Amino acid sequence: MSNLIEKTDYSLKIAAQFNDLKVELIKQSSDLLNEPRKKAFQNFIAGGLPTLKNEDYKYTNLQPLFSTDFKFNPVFSGKAFPDEDLEKLIPQINSTRIFLENGCFSNGFFSDLPKGILVGSLKETAAKNPERIRNYYNHLTTENNDPLVALNTAFATDGYFIFIPKNLQVEKNLQIINILSAETDSYFTQRNLVVVEAGASVDIFVCDVALGSKKYFANQSTEIFIGENASVNYSYFRNQPSGVAGINSVFIRQEKNSVLKTLTANLYGGLIRNNLFIELEGENCETGLYGITFSDQTQHVDNFIRVNHNKPHCNSYQLYKNVLDGQSTGAFTGRIHVKRDAQKTNAFQRNNNLVLTDEAKMFTKPQLIIDADDVKCSHGATVGQIDEEALFYLRSRGIPEKEARLMMTHAFFHEVLQQIKSESLRNSLNGLIEKRLGGEQNSVLENQS
Amino acid sequence: MLSVKNLCVSVEGKEILKGINLEIKPGEVHAIMGPNGSGKSTLANILTGREGYEITQGEVTYMGKNLLEMAPEDRANEGIFLSFQYPVEIPGVPMVSFLKAAVNEHRKHRGLEPLTAGEFLKLMKEKKELVEMDTQLTNRSVNEGFSGGEKKKNEIFQMALLEPKLAILDETDSGLDIDALKIVAHGVNALKSPERSTIVVTHYQRLLDYIIPDFVHVLYDGRIVKSAGKELAFELEEKGYDWIKKENDN
Repeated sequence: MSNLIEKTDYSLKIAAQFNDLKVELIKQSSDLLNEPRKKAFQNFIAGGLPTLKNEDYKYTNLQPLFSTDFKFNPVFSGKAFPDEDLEKLIPQINSTRIFLENGCFSNGFFSDLPKGILVGSLKETAAKNPERIRNYYNHLTTENNDPLVALNTAFATDGYFIFIPKNLQVEKNLQIINILSAETDSYFTQRNLVVVEAGASVDIFVCDVALGSKKYFANQSTEIFIGENASVNYSYFRNQPSGVAGINSVFIRQEKNSVLKTLTANLYGGLIRNNLFIELEGENCETGLYGITFSDQTQHVDNFIRVNHNKPHCNSYQLYKNVLDGQSTGAFTGRIHVKRDAQKTNAFQRNNNLVLTDEAKMFTKPQLIIDADDVKCSHGATVGQIDEEALFYLRSRGIPEKEARLMMTHAFFHEVLQQIKSESLRNSLNGLIEKRLGGEQNSVLENQS
Repeated sequence: MLSVKNLCVSVEGKEILKGINLEIKPGEVHAIMGPNGSGKSTLANILTGREGYEITQGEVTYMGKNLLEMAPEDRANEGIFLSFQYPVEIPGVPMVSFLKAAVNEHRKHRGLEPLTAGEFLKLMKEKKELVEMDTQLTNRSVNEGFSGGEKKKNEIFQMALLEPKLAILDETDSGLDIDALKIVAHGVNALKSPERSTIVVTHYQRLLDYIIPDFVHVLYDGRIVKSAGKELAFELEEKGYDWIKKENDN
């Protein structure tokens, strides 16, 4: 009973914010973003802020976060932080950099972008060029039943929009850097859209960082459309102080013969939920979903994945690895649903976890739902500790125990990291992981004034 | 250099070593032989600091220090090296960074600057030739996908890089064909010096054709029951271990 009251309270609290901001949100945005706003908000209210009784949020409790009085959609105030500190948080790679501040498109250096590619503000595109996005915006999110996704649509004003025209191969990585910074406890909304037309290819690397020492909740949703024969590498990297909580929902629709590879790297953060929803809407799709997570202190990371095989002859593969230290907790839910028409599907899934302390906990839930009769599917999960034999081997060569444990922990991610094609991204990420494991990232992230 | 006195060791309440005495001086090669289950590997593990054993009695002094109080990494940096009977595969830890870390820890311990990447690669190249180590192997993760012979070669390669004062070869000959055995033995012999001592733990006399011991000890049922010169190894090869067992079981 008390749970119910709590749920109602926080949902009402959010509702009050929406009512306060509604006029402003509508004024700021064009019709395209405003159209679904009211319905989305009703959907949020109908579902309510999830509690642990909600099966999809069984391991992730958002309720306590909303006891904080967040200021919704605050303006950016990144002033207190010098750039060189920011750079320490972000992988340094050869890329075209695009910056967003508190969910709003800021700027980028696009002089070297190939012709025909569009990279810009969703808000601006929706206002000036709505035809570009009409057939995509809210098409994947609308069917989703996660109340936080509905809440994102209700509050959405801006984010990035990327359009890769037919048959264009984008050589240089598009690195999107999302920076959060506010003077008060804040709730942020960011809404993104990526359209990759037939035969095109692109590497997108999203880096979520945050400045300041206030409590943040970031609600980000991204819809990605991959056309026939197109190829997309989508990497997501999170390195934020432990005062930051957030949900990042990524929706991807693949047309036939398309190739997708995603990497979700959670390096640092407070309470993290990553939703990844894949719809295989054409035959012969290739999908590889990879993830690494390191958590310590009381951090919590929940990777929630659904892959729907709607058409035959598609291959999907999931490999997620977590290392949990301190009193941190983690969850992995990977659901593969092979629909009746999706014959000759190959779908595999694996979640391996290394739990370094007695206090750390991992919840893992691989799921297979198979409605077709001619498929190859498998799933598996392990939870284990550092191999003592290997540890002794390293120590017997003079490597101190602490160092040896770090080497072993880092090595645990190797299987995932070797999936990264770009050498500069792989090296840069490895460098940041090494610093993170060695405790150096903590001082950069947690000692901000 | 190494002095083992009345060493008694148990595992889960079962006594494995029942009073070992052993003196090793610089430059000496000692072979420890014995039937399976006699405690040979336990002795090697105790000397290198593997966990899981209970030392109930006795003492081990190495270069004037109480060895049993030292962590495995400190023992290694003080010059003790174990060639593993079963080298461990460690996927994800690259050979090169593992070896570089080990070499530089040894140097740090001796108050030396770490080697630069260039210096290290040069050193590695030189030592690789000693055991005819394939460059492809050093580009992999530690022991990952190595054959049995390659793993053993890799042990001696590491020994060559780390230049220990006391090398313990635990069944280094097991799983080796005759060619690999020769290469491994050649590596060990090339590292021989008046300061470096070696303990060769082996079941068979075969390896001792190539690595000539100064002393041969027979370990049986947790005790050293016989010590002599290299001729003892030939006697064991000829007569097997049964006569030792008979002598001691009665």
